[in-house]
Amino acid sequence: MVELTLPKNSRVGTGKTHPKPEGSTKTKTFNVYRWSPDDTENPRIDTYHVDLEDCGPMILDGLIKIKNEIDPTLTFRRSCREGICGSCAMNINGTNTLACTKGMDEVSGDINIYPLPHQPVVKDLVPDLTNFYAQYASIKPWMQTQTPPPPDRERLQSKEDREKLDGLYECILCACCSTSCPSYWWNSDRFLGPAILLQAYRWLADSRDENTGERLDNLEDPFRLYRCHTIMNCANTCPKGLNPAKAIAEIKKMMVERRG
Amino acid sequence: MGMRTPLKNVRHLGSAKEGTIHWWHQKVTAVALIPLFIVAIAYAVSLVGADYERVRDVLSHPFATVVLLLLIGVTFYHFKIGMQVVIEDYIHTEITKMVLLLLNSFFCAVVGLAAALAVLKLAFGG
Repeated sequence: MVELTLPKNSRVGTGKTHPKPEGSTKTKTFNVYRWSPDDTENPRIDTYHVDLEDCGPMILDGLIKIKNEIDPTLTFRRSCREGICGSCAMNINGTNTLACTKGMDEVSGDINIYPLPHQPVVKDLVPDLTNFYAQYASIKPWMQTQTPPPPDRERLQSKEDREKLDGLYECILCACCSTSCPSYWWNSDRFLGPAILLQAYRWLADSRDENTGERLDNLEDPFRLYRCHTIMNCANTCPKGLNPAKAIAEIKKMMVERRG
Repeated sequence: MGMRTPLKNVRHLGSAKEGTIHWWHQKVTAVALIPLFIVAIAYAVSLVGADYERVRDVLSHPFATVVLLLLIGVTFYHFKIGMQVVIEDYIHTEITKMVLLLLNSFFCAVVGLAAALAVLKLAFGG
């Protein structure tokens, strides 16, 4: 049965409030989810105050400042700080997004940060995406062909066919969309979720790939594909402005098309 | 489960290679229900306050009988496949899921058949 309340050991309590920096006139309050696997305590919300006059503009800048100057135990993933690696995906004021491309000035009032919803937590803001990555592997995200490549050049693609990959190839697999999808929350063991289905469509739409039928066979399943009920949270939340729901609709169209 | 690879869990029993018909029928029945309900509601409104004789006269016309039988068939089929998805979404205990899916099928078959019988009785008297 679907769990609508958190289990006892996951209930979030109030944590520490770190003092405001002295002498600063402009601060922003961060309320951050904390949980450590090293003790038996419940998760808690710690409060930090970041001096805006001595900090970069993005929420990730704020988190890095907290880790460097206030609390080195705060744990989160980050790498590129420019929205291309997908590491710093987290839930900021109720919406999954990338901390590095979300400006502090886009949030009025306090900034509330939680890990991506409905995934096991490794520590603090770090979710365990093992299942998500295994699902990505299951769609075989590489070009599959029977025809060997021409000996003297790469496989060619017309400009029109290349354009069909626009809106798909930009996906950075940050998992914001999949972890915002209620269908994925309830059935992530079997439903592939919006990110992986968008990636699957990226290969279905590739004019050079010759395994379209096998790819569709692999997806045609009441759970893998058809748990999508066009809730559209995926398109709403995507920090890259992509539309996974549309890609899923295109897959469903292909499924109908090949029946006659 | 602990020693299996994540990919083993994801690939599990493989794809069922179905679901498309189910999904397509949900869409088709949804569209079909729009005109059917409009006509049925028009009948219902036009018969407000009418006595039994008048209702029987109107609804035993072959057009009304066909519309009502279609409405009942499509409604309960749509209900059955729709509720099936809701149960599959939310119920993860295999035995509970199976029982609810059976009850759903039986409910739609019995109530749908009873409703169809009522229309046929109106149409053919008795």
